[in-house]
Amino acid sequence: MTMRRLINLKRAEARKIYLTYAVVIVAYIVCQVMSSTKFLSSSMRGMLVPICAYMVMAVSLNLVVGILGELSLGHAGFMSVGAFSGVATAILLQGVIPFAPVRLAIAMIVAAIFAAFAGFIIGIPVLRLKGDYLAIVTLAFGEIIKSILNNFYMGIDSQGIQMSMLSDTTRLLPGGKLIIRGPMGISGIQKIATFPAGAILLIIALMIVFNLVNSRSGRAFMAIRDDRIAAESIGLDITKYKMMAFVMSAALAGAAGALFAMNYSTIVANKFDFNTSILILVFVVLGGQGNMLGGIIAAAVLTILPEKLRSFSEYRMLLYAIVLIVMMLATNNAEIKEFLSRLNPFRRKEA
Amino acid sequence: MKKILVCALLVLAMSATAFGAAFKIGGTGPLTGGAAIYGTAAMRGAQIAAEEINAMNIDVKFDLRYEDDTHDAEKAVNAYNALKDWGMQISLGSVTSKPAEATAAENFADRIFALTPSASSAAVTEGKDNVFQMCFVDPNQGTASAQYIGEKKLAKKVAVIWKNDDVYSKGVRDTFVENAGKHGLEIVSETAFADGNDTDFSVQLTDAKNKGAELVFLPMYYQPASLILAQAQAMGYAPKWFGIDGMDGILTMEGFDKSLAEGVMLLTPFNADAKDEKTQKFVKKYQEKFGEIPNQFAADGYDCVYAYCQALTQAKATPDMSAEDLCGKMIEQFTTMTFNGVTGDNVRWMKNGEVTKDPKGMVIKNGAYVGLD
Repeated sequence: MTMRRLINLKRAEARKIYLTYAVVIVAYIVCQVMSSTKFLSSSMRGMLVPICAYMVMAVSLNLVVGILGELSLGHAGFMSVGAFSGVATAILLQGVIPFAPVRLAIAMIVAAIFAAFAGFIIGIPVLRLKGDYLAIVTLAFGEIIKSILNNFYMGIDSQGIQMSMLSDTTRLLPGGKLIIRGPMGISGIQKIATFPAGAILLIIALMIVFNLVNSRSGRAFMAIRDDRIAAESIGLDITKYKMMAFVMSAALAGAAGALFAMNYSTIVANKFDFNTSILILVFVVLGGQGNMLGGIIAAAVLTILPEKLRSFSEYRMLLYAIVLIVMMLATNNAEIKEFLSRLNPFRRKEA
Repeated sequence: MKKILVCALLVLAMSATAFGAAFKIGGTGPLTGGAAIYGTAAMRGAQIAAEEINAMNIDVKFDLRYEDDTHDAEKAVNAYNALKDWGMQISLGSVTSKPAEATAAENFADRIFALTPSASSAAVTEGKDNVFQMCFVDPNQGTASAQYIGEKKLAKKVAVIWKNDDVYSKGVRDTFVENAGKHGLEIVSETAFADGNDTDFSVQLTDAKNKGAELVFLPMYYQPASLILAQAQAMGYAPKWFGIDGMDGILTMEGFDKSLAEGVMLLTPFNADAKDEKTQKFVKKYQEKFGEIPNQFAADGYDCVYAYCQALTQAKATPDMSAEDLCGKMIEQFTTMTFNGVTGDNVRWMKNGEVTKDPKGMVIKNGAYVGLD
C-alpha cells in the first residue's frame, strides 16, 4: 500500500519522503552504535528517548498546523492524557505481562486510544471555530486537561479499579495501590521506554502521516487549508476532515506522551503545560510548517541545545533565546534558503 | 591558536584533577525559574560548607558542582547526566521533590550515593537503599504539626488551607488531616487553591472565619502564606497561624510587612537566630557572602556537605575510589552514624533513607524567630 502510493507520487515529493526515512534510520543507527560503544556521553544517552518523543510530537502537530493549517496551542494536553493513561496501563499490566517491550507497546496503544478519544471530544466544539478562535480554545483545553489530571485519583485493589476526583476518596482496600495521585502524579514508574522503541514509534508516526497526507483525505486537508470556502463549495465535509486530522494528531501525541513518561520514574500533569505546547509549536514552525523532516531536526536541535549551553550557566537561557531568534531569521532568509538548496543534490536536478 | 588554547585547557583540567584529589560532589536544583530561591539557597549553603572544609587541614576535600534543573523532572535527569559526564562520585540529589524523585531513580540505577538537602517527598527514598534525606519527609511534618498543636493545646477548631497541585503541600496536608482527630483537633474548614488562583484567598479565609476556626494551618511555601496573612488582616480575622518549614523565608521576603507575621508559629528544623556557635558562624558567613539571612534550604545544603565530610572521614574513603565503592561505604556510614549540624543535633538516618531529628517549634516575635519551648 505504502509503496504503490509512493510510486504514484511526483518524484520530488517521493524523494522528500524517502529522504526523511533515510535520515531517521541513519541517525538511529549512528546513535545506537555510538551509544552501545559508549562513545556517546551519558548526557546525550539520557536525551535519546525524550528526543524521539518530541520528534513524534512535532510530526503529529505538523499534521494539524502544517497540513490542516489550524493553529493548536494545547498539544501538550494530549501528550499528558497519553502519558497518564499509558503509564497507568503499564503499571496495571506489570504482573500480567512481564516482557517489557510488549507492555510498552500495549501501553502506547492504550495511550493513543485515550488521547484520540480526548481529541475527539475536544474536537467537537473546537473544530467548529476557525483561526485565532480555534487557537485560543485549544489553549484553554490544554489547561483544562492539566487541571483535571491534577485532581484525578486512581487506584487498584481486589475490587478492581477505583477512581475519584478532587480529593482521594477511592478508599482502597488493604493491599490496594494508588496509582495516579492528583498533584503528585505517578511515582515509581518502571523505566521501560527504550531508544529503539522511540525510533520505531517515530517511523510508524511518519508512515501514518505521510500516508494520510498523500491520500484523498490528505488532499482534502490541504484544500481546506488553502481555501476553506472553495473546499466547501466542492462538497468537502470540512468538520469531518478536520476531525480526522485532529484525532490522528492527538493519538500520535498520546503515544509519544506514554513513551516520554516511561523514560522517567515520575510524571506530573504540570509538566505538560502551556510552555510544553509552545515548545512543540516552535519545533514545527522552526522546521517549516508541513515539513516533517524539518520538524524532526528542529526537535532534536532544540532539545540538545539547552544542554550544550550548560557551560554558560546563568547566561544559558539568554543564549538559547538568541540562538532561537537567529535560527528563525536564518531559516526564513531567502538568500540562505537559496544557498541551502544549492547544497541539496536532489533539488538541483529539479531545477 | 585555538588548538593550543584547547590543549592548554585540557592540561590544566587534567592537572587540577590529578593534584586536587577532591571528591567530586554534584547536585541539581532550580537555579532559575519560579523555585530558584530554594535551589540557589541550597547551593550556596553547600558552597560555604565545601569552602570551609577545603580550607581545613583534613584529608577530605570537595569539588562541588551544581547544575540547574528549573524544578522539572526531565531537566533534572539531564542535569544529573551532565554531572555524571563530569565525573560525579557522590551526589546531593535534587533540591525539590519531583525532580529528586526522578534523579533518585537514576542514582539507584547507577549506584551513586545521594543525600538530598531538601527533597521531602516520601517517594524520593522509597525502595532505594542509597538515597538519603537531610530534611523531614513531608508526611512526618503533618503528623508532627498535628501532634504539636494537640499536645500544646493551641486550638481545638482548626482550618486548613492548602495548595492542591503541589506535592509538598498535599503530602503534609494528608497526614495532618489524618492525624488531627487523634490529637483532639477538629477540622472545621478545609479549602484549597492552585497555581493560577493563588492571589485571592477571601473565599478560603471567609470559610475558616465563619466556621469559627481558632487556628489556621498553612502547609505551603511562604509566598501564598504572605498573601493569606495580609488578606486576613484586611478582613479583620485574627486566628492563630501555624506553618511548616516552607514558611521559613517569609521574614526575608522583599516587600513583606513583618508585623503581619507577628505570632505566626511554625515547625522548622533550622533557626537563623539560634545562639549556638555553629549556627551563628554559618549565618555570619552566609550574610557576608550573599548579603541575606540563610533559610532552611541553605542550612540543609550546608549540613549535607558536612555530613558527607564526616562519613567520608570515618569510612577512610579516598577520592580515587569509584562511585560504586563510595556508595557502599556511604550506606554503611549513614545508617550507623550520628551527625550534629545546624539543622539539629543527634541527626540519625533510618535504613530507608529518612532522617530523624527533632523539629523545633518557632514563633515570630518582633520580626524574628523565637523558640516556642
